[in-house]
Amino acid sequence: MTTLRYAYYPGCSGLGTSKEYDMSTRAVCEALGMELIDIPDWNCCGSSPAHTVDDRLAGALSARNLVQAGDIEGVDAIITPCPSCLANLKTSRHRLQKPEFRAEVNKLLERPVHGDILPVKSVLQVIVEDVGMEELRYRVRNPLKDMSIAPYYGCIMNRPPKIMEFDSQENPMALDNILEALGATVAPFNLKVECCGASFGVARRDIVERLSGKLLNLAAENKAQAMVTACPLCQMNLDARQNQINVANSTNHVMPIFYFTQLIGLALGFSQSQMGLEKLVVSPRELLAGAAG
Amino acid sequence: MHVINLSKTRDQDFINRVERESGQNLSLCYQCGNCTAGCPVTFVYDIPVHQIMRLCQAGQKEAVLGCHSLWLCASCQSCTTRCPNSIDVAHIMDTLRHMARRDGYATEYGVKSFTDSFLESVERHGRAFELGLMMLYTMKTGKFWTDVDLAPAMLTKGKLGFKPHPVQNKEAISKIFKRFREEFAQ
Repeated sequence: MTTLRYAYYPGCSGLGTSKEYDMSTRAVCEALGMELIDIPDWNCCGSSPAHTVDDRLAGALSARNLVQAGDIEGVDAIITPCPSCLANLKTSRHRLQKPEFRAEVNKLLERPVHGDILPVKSVLQVIVEDVGMEELRYRVRNPLKDMSIAPYYGCIMNRPPKIMEFDSQENPMALDNILEALGATVAPFNLKVECCGASFGVARRDIVERLSGKLLNLAAENKAQAMVTACPLCQMNLDARQNQINVANSTNHVMPIFYFTQLIGLALGFSQSQMGLEKLVVSPRELLAGAAG
Repeated sequence: MHVINLSKTRDQDFINRVERESGQNLSLCYQCGNCTAGCPVTFVYDIPVHQIMRLCQAGQKEAVLGCHSLWLCASCQSCTTRCPNSIDVAHIMDTLRHMARRDGYATEYGVKSFTDSFLESVERHGRAFELGLMMLYTMKTGKFWTDVDLAPAMLTKGKLGFKPHPVQNKEAISKIFKRFREEFAQ
Protein backbone atom coordinates (compact mmCIF):
# COMPACT_ATOMS: atom_id res chain seq x y z
CA MET A 1 0.00 0.00 0.00
CA THR A 2 1.34 3.43 -0.87
CA THR A 3 1.67 5.91 1.97
CA LEU A 4 -1.43 7.99 2.47
CA ARG A 5 -0.56 11.47 3.69
CA TYR A 6 -3.03 14.07 4.95
CA ALA A 7 -3.19 17.49 6.55
CA TYR A 8 -4.89 16.83 9.90
CA TYR A 9 -7.30 19.21 11.63
CA PRO A 10 -7.84 17.86 15.19
CA GLY A 11 -10.51 20.31 16.38
CA CYS A 12 -10.80 21.88 19.84
CA SER A 13 -12.84 19.15 21.50
CA GLY A 14 -9.99 16.74 20.76
CA LEU A 15 -7.99 18.65 23.37
CA GLY A 16 -10.68 18.19 26.01
CA THR A 17 -14.03 16.44 26.00
CA SER A 18 -13.19 14.13 23.09
CA LYS A 19 -9.52 13.36 23.83
CA GLU A 20 -10.18 9.68 23.30
CA TYR A 21 -11.47 10.36 19.77
CA ASP A 22 -8.26 12.18 18.83
CA MET A 23 -6.11 9.50 20.51
CA SER A 24 -7.85 6.62 18.81
CA THR A 25 -7.96 8.42 15.45
CA ARG A 26 -4.20 9.01 15.47
CA ALA A 27 -3.39 5.45 16.54
CA VAL A 28 -5.76 3.81 14.07
CA CYS A 29 -4.68 5.98 11.15
CA GLU A 30 -1.05 5.13 11.79
CA ALA A 31 -1.86 1.44 11.96
CA LEU A 32 -3.72 1.71 8.66
CA GLY A 33 -0.72 3.29 6.96
CA MET A 34 -2.02 6.86 6.99
CA GLU A 35 0.31 9.70 7.84
CA LEU A 36 -1.35 12.69 9.56
CA ILE A 37 0.41 16.05 9.63
CA ASP A 38 -1.22 18.55 11.99
CA ILE A 39 -2.13 21.85 10.33
CA PRO A 40 0.48 24.28 11.73
CA ASP A 41 -0.97 26.43 14.52
CA TRP A 42 -4.56 25.46 13.62
CA ASN A 43 -7.34 27.51 15.22
CA CYS A 44 -10.98 26.91 16.11
CA CYS A 45 -13.21 26.60 13.02
CA GLY A 46 -15.86 28.68 14.81
CA SER A 47 -18.15 25.66 15.27
CA SER A 48 -21.90 26.43 15.34
CA PRO A 49 -21.58 29.74 17.21
CA ALA A 50 -19.64 31.47 14.42
CA HIS A 51 -22.03 30.61 11.59
CA THR A 52 -25.03 31.66 13.67
CA VAL A 53 -23.43 35.10 14.06
CA ASP A 54 -22.05 35.85 10.59
CA ASP A 55 -21.05 33.91 7.46
CA ARG A 56 -17.92 36.00 6.89
CA LEU A 57 -16.66 35.58 10.46
CA ALA A 58 -17.26 31.82 10.23
CA GLY A 59 -15.66 31.80 6.79
CA ALA A 60 -12.52 33.58 8.01
CA LEU A 61 -12.00 31.37 11.08
CA SER A 62 -12.18 28.27 8.87
CA ALA A 63 -10.22 29.87 6.03
CA ARG A 64 -7.16 30.51 8.18
CA ASN A 65 -6.87 26.74 8.65
CA LEU A 66 -7.34 26.10 4.95
CA VAL A 67 -4.52 28.56 4.21
CA GLN A 68 -2.19 27.09 6.86
CA ALA A 69 -2.81 23.59 5.48
CA GLY A 70 -1.47 24.79 2.14
CA ASP A 71 1.99 25.01 3.75
CA ILE A 72 2.18 21.24 4.18
CA GLU A 73 4.07 19.52 1.36
CA GLY A 74 2.82 16.43 -0.40
CA VAL A 75 -0.77 16.22 0.79
CA ASP A 76 -3.91 16.17 -1.37
CA ALA A 77 -6.54 16.61 1.33
CA ILE A 78 -7.33 17.97 4.76
CA ILE A 79 -9.02 15.48 7.07
CA THR A 80 -10.79 15.96 10.38
CA PRO A 81 -12.56 13.54 12.72
CA CYS A 82 -15.25 16.04 13.84
CA PRO A 83 -18.38 16.53 11.68
CA SER A 84 -18.93 20.08 12.96
CA CYS A 85 -15.38 21.11 12.01
CA LEU A 86 -15.85 19.21 8.75
CA ALA A 87 -19.08 21.05 7.92
CA ASN A 88 -17.52 24.43 8.70
CA LEU A 89 -14.33 23.82 6.74
CA LYS A 90 -16.25 22.39 3.77
CA THR A 91 -18.91 25.13 3.77
CA SER A 92 -16.23 27.78 3.99
CA ARG A 93 -14.26 26.18 1.15
CA HIS A 94 -17.45 25.98 -0.94
CA ARG A 95 -18.39 29.63 -0.35
CA LEU A 96 -14.81 30.81 -0.96
CA GLN A 97 -15.18 29.71 -4.60
CA LYS A 98 -17.33 32.81 -5.00
CA PRO A 99 -15.06 35.82 -5.63
CA GLU A 100 -17.24 38.29 -3.68
CA PHE A 101 -17.30 36.10 -0.58
CA ARG A 102 -13.57 35.43 -0.87
CA ALA A 103 -12.85 39.15 -1.08
CA GLU A 104 -14.86 39.87 2.07
CA VAL A 105 -13.25 37.02 4.02
CA ASN A 106 -9.80 38.11 2.87
CA LYS A 107 -10.41 41.50 4.48
CA LEU A 108 -10.41 39.69 7.84
CA LEU A 109 -7.34 37.53 7.32
CA GLU A 110 -3.67 38.16 7.95
CA ARG A 111 -2.82 35.70 5.16
CA PRO A 112 -5.48 35.90 2.47
CA VAL A 113 -6.85 32.95 0.53
CA HIS A 114 -5.26 32.62 -2.93
CA GLY A 115 -5.94 30.12 -5.69
CA ASP A 116 -7.04 26.55 -5.07
CA ILE A 117 -7.92 25.20 -1.64
CA LEU A 118 -7.23 21.61 -0.63
CA PRO A 119 -10.34 19.40 -0.48
CA VAL A 120 -11.65 18.62 3.01
CA LYS A 121 -12.81 15.14 4.01
CA SER A 122 -13.75 13.30 7.18
CA VAL A 123 -11.47 10.68 8.71
CA LEU A 124 -14.42 8.32 8.18
CA GLN A 125 -14.52 9.09 4.46
CA VAL A 126 -10.81 8.44 3.86
CA ILE A 127 -10.88 5.21 5.86
CA VAL A 128 -13.74 4.05 3.63
CA GLU A 129 -12.43 5.40 0.33
CA ASP A 130 -8.64 5.43 0.59
CA VAL A 131 -8.01 2.46 2.90
CA GLY A 132 -11.10 0.48 1.96
CA MET A 133 -13.16 -2.19 3.64
CA GLU A 134 -11.18 -5.08 2.17
CA GLU A 135 -7.92 -3.80 3.66
CA LEU A 136 -9.64 -3.10 6.99
CA ARG A 137 -11.14 -6.59 7.13
CA TYR A 138 -7.74 -8.08 6.36
CA ARG A 139 -6.14 -6.23 9.27
CA VAL A 140 -8.67 -7.28 11.92
CA ARG A 141 -6.98 -9.35 14.64
CA ASN A 142 -9.71 -9.41 17.29
CA PRO A 143 -13.13 -9.48 15.61
CA LEU A 144 -15.86 -7.78 17.65
CA LYS A 145 -17.85 -10.99 17.94
CA ASP A 146 -21.14 -11.19 19.84
CA MET A 147 -21.59 -7.43 19.95
CA SER A 148 -24.66 -5.77 18.55
CA ILE A 149 -24.02 -2.10 17.86
CA ALA A 150 -26.29 0.68 16.56
CA PRO A 151 -24.60 2.94 13.98
CA TYR A 152 -25.43 6.60 14.62
CA TYR A 153 -24.06 9.11 12.11
CA GLY A 154 -25.42 12.38 13.46
CA CYS A 155 -27.11 15.05 11.42
CA ILE A 156 -24.31 16.81 9.55
CA MET A 157 -21.82 14.12 8.60
CA ASN A 158 -23.71 13.68 5.31
CA ARG A 159 -25.94 16.73 5.06
CA PRO A 160 -26.48 18.74 3.03
CA PRO A 161 -25.23 16.39 0.27
CA LYS A 162 -24.23 19.26 -2.02
CA ILE A 163 -21.58 20.32 0.50
CA MET A 164 -20.70 17.06 2.26
CA GLU A 165 -20.39 14.91 -0.89
CA PHE A 166 -20.08 11.57 0.90
CA ASP A 167 -22.35 8.58 1.46
CA SER A 168 -26.17 8.78 1.46
CA GLN A 169 -27.87 11.73 3.14
CA GLU A 170 -30.83 9.62 4.31
CA ASN A 171 -29.37 6.15 4.81
CA PRO A 172 -25.59 6.35 5.12
CA MET A 173 -23.75 3.04 5.27
CA ALA A 174 -20.10 3.88 6.05
CA LEU A 175 -20.33 3.01 9.77
CA ASP A 176 -22.52 -0.03 9.04
CA ASN A 177 -19.89 -1.34 6.64
CA ILE A 178 -17.07 -0.69 9.10
CA LEU A 179 -18.91 -2.51 11.91
CA GLU A 180 -19.52 -5.42 9.58
CA ALA A 181 -15.84 -5.50 8.56
CA LEU A 182 -14.85 -5.55 12.24
CA GLY A 183 -17.02 -8.60 12.84
CA ALA A 184 -19.71 -6.88 14.90
CA THR A 185 -23.45 -7.27 14.46
CA VAL A 186 -25.10 -4.12 13.10
CA ALA A 187 -28.27 -3.38 15.05
CA PRO A 188 -31.13 -1.94 12.96
CA PHE A 189 -31.24 1.79 13.55
CA ASN A 190 -33.42 4.05 11.44
CA LEU A 191 -32.60 7.31 13.21
CA LYS A 192 -29.09 7.33 11.72
CA VAL A 193 -29.16 11.00 10.69
CA GLU A 194 -31.57 12.44 13.28
CA CYS A 195 -30.25 15.31 15.40
CA CYS A 196 -29.13 14.60 19.00
CA GLY A 197 -29.83 18.17 20.17
CA ALA A 198 -26.36 19.40 19.23
CA SER A 199 -24.94 22.23 21.33
CA PHE A 200 -28.20 22.96 23.17
CA GLY A 201 -27.07 20.76 26.08
CA VAL A 202 -25.93 23.79 28.03
CA ALA A 203 -28.57 26.45 27.33
CA ARG A 204 -31.63 24.28 26.56
CA ARG A 205 -30.95 20.86 27.98
CA ASP A 206 -34.62 19.87 27.51
CA ILE A 207 -33.95 19.67 23.77
CA VAL A 208 -31.06 17.24 24.18
CA GLU A 209 -32.96 15.16 26.73
CA ARG A 210 -35.81 14.67 24.29
CA LEU A 211 -33.83 14.13 21.08
CA SER A 212 -30.96 12.07 22.47
CA GLY A 213 -33.50 10.19 24.60
CA LYS A 214 -35.26 9.09 21.41
CA LEU A 215 -31.99 7.77 20.01
CA LEU A 216 -31.15 5.79 23.15
CA ASN A 217 -34.70 4.39 23.31
CA LEU A 218 -34.55 3.15 19.72
CA ALA A 219 -31.10 1.60 20.16
CA ALA A 220 -32.32 -0.22 23.28
CA GLU A 221 -35.57 -1.35 21.58
CA ASN A 222 -33.52 -2.80 18.75
CA LYS A 223 -31.41 -4.75 21.24
CA ALA A 224 -28.20 -2.81 20.60
CA GLN A 225 -25.65 -3.30 23.37
CA ALA A 226 -23.84 -0.10 22.45
CA MET A 227 -23.93 2.74 19.94
CA VAL A 228 -21.16 3.98 17.71
CA THR A 229 -20.76 7.55 16.53
CA ALA A 230 -18.31 9.73 14.62
CA CYS A 231 -19.20 13.02 16.33
CA PRO A 232 -17.81 14.48 19.60
CA LEU A 233 -21.00 16.40 20.31
CA CYS A 234 -23.30 13.41 19.68
CA GLN A 235 -20.99 11.29 21.82
CA MET A 236 -21.02 13.82 24.65
CA ASN A 237 -24.81 14.17 24.57
CA LEU A 238 -25.43 10.42 24.50
CA ASP A 239 -22.66 9.42 26.92
CA ALA A 240 -21.90 12.18 29.45
CA ARG A 241 -25.55 13.33 29.47
CA GLN A 242 -27.03 9.82 29.55
CA ASN A 243 -27.80 10.11 33.24
CA GLN A 244 -29.49 13.51 32.78
CA ILE A 245 -31.50 11.97 29.93
CA ASN A 246 -32.48 8.97 32.08
CA VAL A 247 -33.65 11.24 34.89
CA ALA A 248 -35.66 13.49 32.55
CA ASN A 249 -37.35 10.62 30.70
CA SER A 250 -37.58 8.05 33.53
CA THR A 251 -35.47 5.54 31.63
CA ASN A 252 -32.60 3.32 32.80
CA HIS A 253 -30.26 3.17 29.85
CA VAL A 254 -26.74 1.93 30.45
CA MET A 255 -25.60 2.21 26.85
CA PRO A 256 -21.88 2.59 26.09
CA ILE A 257 -21.26 5.11 23.29
CA PHE A 258 -18.09 4.41 21.30
CA TYR A 259 -16.25 6.45 18.72
CA PHE A 260 -15.91 4.37 15.57
CA THR A 261 -12.13 4.74 15.74
CA GLN A 262 -12.12 3.10 19.18
CA LEU A 263 -13.89 0.04 17.79
CA ILE A 264 -11.56 -0.16 14.80
CA GLY A 265 -8.61 0.07 17.21
CA LEU A 266 -9.90 -2.74 19.44
CA ALA A 267 -10.40 -4.97 16.41
CA LEU A 268 -6.91 -4.16 15.10
CA GLY A 269 -5.44 -5.32 18.41
CA PHE A 270 -4.94 -2.11 20.39
CA SER A 271 -5.57 -2.28 24.13
CA GLN A 272 -8.58 -0.69 25.79
CA SER A 273 -6.40 1.98 27.38
CA GLN A 274 -4.67 2.78 24.08
CA MET A 275 -8.16 3.54 22.75
CA GLY A 276 -8.99 5.66 25.82
CA LEU A 277 -11.99 3.52 26.74
CA GLU A 278 -11.67 4.49 30.41
CA LYS A 279 -12.59 8.04 29.34
CA LEU A 280 -16.10 6.99 28.33
CA VAL A 281 -18.59 7.97 31.03
CA VAL A 282 -20.82 4.91 30.55
CA SER A 283 -18.27 2.15 30.98
CA PRO A 284 -18.09 -0.49 28.24
CA ARG A 285 -16.09 -2.83 30.50
CA GLU A 286 -18.88 -5.32 31.11
CA LEU A 287 -19.85 -5.46 27.48
CA LEU A 288 -16.28 -6.05 26.36
CA ALA A 289 -15.66 -8.67 29.07
CA GLY A 290 -18.80 -10.48 27.96
CA ALA A 291 -17.81 -10.38 24.31
CA ALA A 292 -14.29 -11.63 25.02
CA GLY A 293 -15.52 -14.49 27.23
CA MET B 1 -56.85 34.38 16.09
CA HIS B 2 -53.92 36.60 15.19
CA VAL B 3 -54.69 38.59 12.04
CA ILE B 4 -51.94 40.19 9.94
CA ASN B 5 -52.88 42.91 7.47
CA LEU B 6 -50.50 41.96 4.67
CA SER B 7 -50.94 45.05 2.56
CA LYS B 8 -50.07 47.35 5.46
CA THR B 9 -47.21 45.42 7.05
CA ARG B 10 -45.29 44.05 4.08
CA ASP B 11 -41.65 45.14 4.37
CA GLN B 12 -40.06 44.81 0.93
CA ASP B 13 -36.66 45.88 2.21
CA PHE B 14 -36.69 42.96 4.67
CA ILE B 15 -37.53 40.51 1.86
CA ASN B 16 -34.69 41.89 -0.25
CA ARG B 17 -32.21 41.67 2.62
CA VAL B 18 -33.10 38.06 3.42
CA GLU B 19 -32.74 37.09 -0.24
CA ARG B 20 -29.48 38.96 -0.72
CA GLU B 21 -27.79 37.78 2.47
CA SER B 22 -28.88 34.15 2.18
CA GLY B 23 -28.49 33.95 -1.60
CA GLN B 24 -31.87 32.20 -1.77
CA ASN B 25 -35.02 32.91 -3.77
CA LEU B 26 -37.89 33.02 -1.26
CA SER B 27 -40.52 32.79 -4.02
CA LEU B 28 -39.49 29.19 -4.73
CA CYS B 29 -41.18 28.03 -1.53
CA TYR B 30 -44.65 26.59 -2.26
CA GLN B 31 -45.39 25.66 1.36
CA CYS B 32 -45.24 21.87 1.03
CA GLY B 33 -44.20 21.60 4.69
CA ASN B 34 -41.43 19.09 4.13
CA CYS B 35 -39.02 21.24 6.17
CA THR B 36 -41.32 21.24 9.18
CA ALA B 37 -42.08 17.53 8.80
CA GLY B 38 -38.39 16.69 9.21
CA CYS B 39 -37.45 19.42 11.69
CA PRO B 40 -36.39 17.76 14.97
CA VAL B 41 -36.84 20.91 17.07
CA THR B 42 -40.36 21.91 16.00
CA PHE B 43 -41.55 20.82 19.45
CA VAL B 44 -39.84 23.86 21.00
CA TYR B 45 -40.54 26.31 18.13
CA ASP B 46 -43.12 29.06 18.53
CA ILE B 47 -43.36 29.32 14.72
CA PRO B 48 -42.64 26.20 12.61
CA VAL B 49 -40.04 26.62 9.88
CA HIS B 50 -42.42 26.48 6.87
CA GLN B 51 -44.41 29.32 8.45
CA ILE B 52 -41.21 31.30 8.91
CA MET B 53 -40.65 30.85 5.16
CA ARG B 54 -44.18 32.13 4.46
CA LEU B 55 -43.76 35.10 6.81
CA CYS B 56 -40.51 35.97 5.03
CA GLN B 57 -42.29 35.90 1.66
CA ALA B 58 -44.89 38.25 3.13
CA GLY B 59 -42.21 40.60 4.51
CA GLN B 60 -43.26 40.18 8.14
CA LYS B 61 -40.01 41.34 9.70
CA GLU B 62 -41.28 41.89 13.23
CA ALA B 63 -42.91 38.46 13.53
CA VAL B 64 -39.89 36.67 12.08
CA LEU B 65 -37.02 38.41 13.87
CA GLY B 66 -38.88 38.41 17.18
CA CYS B 67 -39.63 34.68 17.26
CA HIS B 68 -37.93 32.06 19.43
CA SER B 69 -37.51 29.48 16.69
CA LEU B 70 -34.55 31.28 15.10
CA TRP B 71 -32.46 30.72 18.21
CA LEU B 72 -33.52 27.11 18.63
CA CYS B 73 -32.66 25.87 15.14
CA ALA B 74 -29.97 23.21 15.57
CA SER B 75 -28.57 23.68 12.04
CA CYS B 76 -29.11 19.96 11.43
CA GLN B 77 -29.63 20.60 7.70
CA SER B 78 -32.72 18.38 7.48
CA CYS B 79 -34.81 21.17 5.89
CA THR B 80 -32.13 22.07 3.35
CA THR B 81 -31.55 18.41 2.48
CA ARG B 82 -35.24 17.63 1.95
CA CYS B 83 -36.55 20.81 0.28
CA PRO B 84 -38.00 19.74 -3.10
CA ASN B 85 -37.07 23.13 -4.56
CA SER B 86 -33.48 23.03 -3.31
CA ILE B 87 -33.90 26.07 -1.08
CA ASP B 88 -31.14 26.26 1.52
CA VAL B 89 -33.64 26.74 4.35
CA ALA B 90 -31.03 26.25 7.08
CA HIS B 91 -29.02 29.09 5.56
CA ILE B 92 -32.12 31.29 5.62
CA MET B 93 -32.53 30.45 9.33
CA ASP B 94 -28.86 31.37 9.87
CA THR B 95 -29.35 34.62 7.94
CA LEU B 96 -32.41 35.50 10.04
CA ARG B 97 -30.41 34.85 13.20
CA HIS B 98 -27.71 37.21 11.95
CA MET B 99 -30.33 39.88 11.28
CA ALA B 100 -32.11 39.33 14.61
CA ARG B 101 -28.78 39.69 16.43
CA ARG B 102 -27.85 42.87 14.55
CA ASP B 103 -31.29 44.36 15.16
CA GLY B 104 -31.14 43.65 18.87
CA TYR B 105 -33.61 40.77 19.17
CA ALA B 106 -32.58 38.02 21.58
CA THR B 107 -35.59 35.96 22.54
CA GLU B 108 -33.49 33.05 23.86
CA TYR B 109 -31.01 34.76 26.13
CA GLY B 110 -29.38 31.52 27.26
CA VAL B 111 -28.67 30.41 23.70
CA LYS B 112 -27.27 33.83 22.78
CA SER B 113 -25.11 33.81 25.92
CA PHE B 114 -23.69 30.40 25.07
CA THR B 115 -22.83 31.58 21.56
CA ASP B 116 -21.22 34.75 22.88
CA SER B 117 -19.23 32.85 25.52
CA PHE B 118 -17.97 30.39 22.93
CA LEU B 119 -16.80 33.11 20.57
CA GLU B 120 -15.21 35.15 23.37
CA SER B 121 -13.21 32.07 24.27
CA VAL B 122 -12.11 31.65 20.64
CA GLU B 123 -11.24 35.34 20.33
CA ARG B 124 -9.08 35.14 23.45
CA HIS B 125 -7.30 31.81 22.92
CA GLY B 126 -7.74 31.06 19.22
CA ARG B 127 -9.38 27.80 20.26
CA ALA B 128 -12.44 26.93 22.29
CA PHE B 129 -11.52 26.37 25.95
CA GLU B 130 -14.39 24.34 27.36
CA LEU B 131 -14.05 25.05 31.09
CA GLY B 132 -13.42 28.74 30.42
CA LEU B 133 -16.43 29.16 28.20
CA MET B 134 -18.67 27.41 30.73
CA MET B 135 -17.47 29.89 33.34
CA LEU B 136 -18.21 32.80 31.02
CA TYR B 137 -21.67 31.35 30.36
CA THR B 138 -22.53 30.97 34.03
CA MET B 139 -21.34 34.54 34.69
CA LYS B 140 -23.53 35.92 31.92
CA THR B 141 -26.64 33.97 32.83
CA GLY B 142 -26.27 33.60 36.59
CA LYS B 143 -27.04 29.89 36.14
CA PHE B 144 -24.19 28.76 38.35
CA TRP B 145 -25.37 25.15 38.61
CA THR B 146 -25.39 24.46 34.87
CA ASP B 147 -23.99 20.96 34.35
CA VAL B 148 -22.16 20.81 37.69
CA ASP B 149 -23.44 17.23 37.86
CA LEU B 150 -21.20 16.42 34.89
CA ALA B 151 -18.06 17.90 36.42
CA PRO B 152 -16.94 14.97 38.64
CA ALA B 153 -16.87 12.47 35.77
CA MET B 154 -15.34 14.92 33.30
CA LEU B 155 -12.62 15.94 35.76
CA THR B 156 -11.66 12.46 36.93
CA LYS B 157 -11.48 11.29 33.32
CA GLY B 158 -9.20 14.17 32.40
CA LYS B 159 -11.65 15.50 29.81
CA LEU B 160 -12.02 18.97 31.24
CA GLY B 161 -8.70 20.82 31.16
CA PHE B 162 -8.00 23.62 33.64
CA LYS B 163 -5.84 25.46 31.14
CA PRO B 164 -6.56 26.56 27.59
CA HIS B 165 -4.49 25.19 24.69
CA PRO B 166 -4.06 28.47 22.84
CA VAL B 167 -2.76 28.98 19.31
CA GLN B 168 0.75 30.42 19.04
CA ASN B 169 -0.29 33.36 16.88
CA LYS B 170 -3.10 34.63 19.08
CA GLU B 171 -3.07 37.97 17.37
CA ALA B 172 -3.99 36.44 14.01
CA ILE B 173 -7.26 35.25 15.55
CA SER B 174 -8.11 38.23 17.73
CA LYS B 175 -7.55 40.43 14.69
CA ILE B 176 -10.09 38.43 12.68
CA PHE B 177 -12.67 39.45 15.28
CA LYS B 178 -11.40 43.01 15.47
CA ARG B 179 -11.45 43.50 11.69
CA PHE B 180 -14.86 41.85 11.55
CA ARG B 181 -16.27 44.41 13.98
CA GLU B 182 -14.63 47.26 12.07
CA GLU B 183 -15.63 46.07 8.60
CA PHE B 184 -19.04 44.51 8.99
CA ALA B 185 -20.64 45.02 12.39
CA GLN B 186 -23.00 47.94 12.70
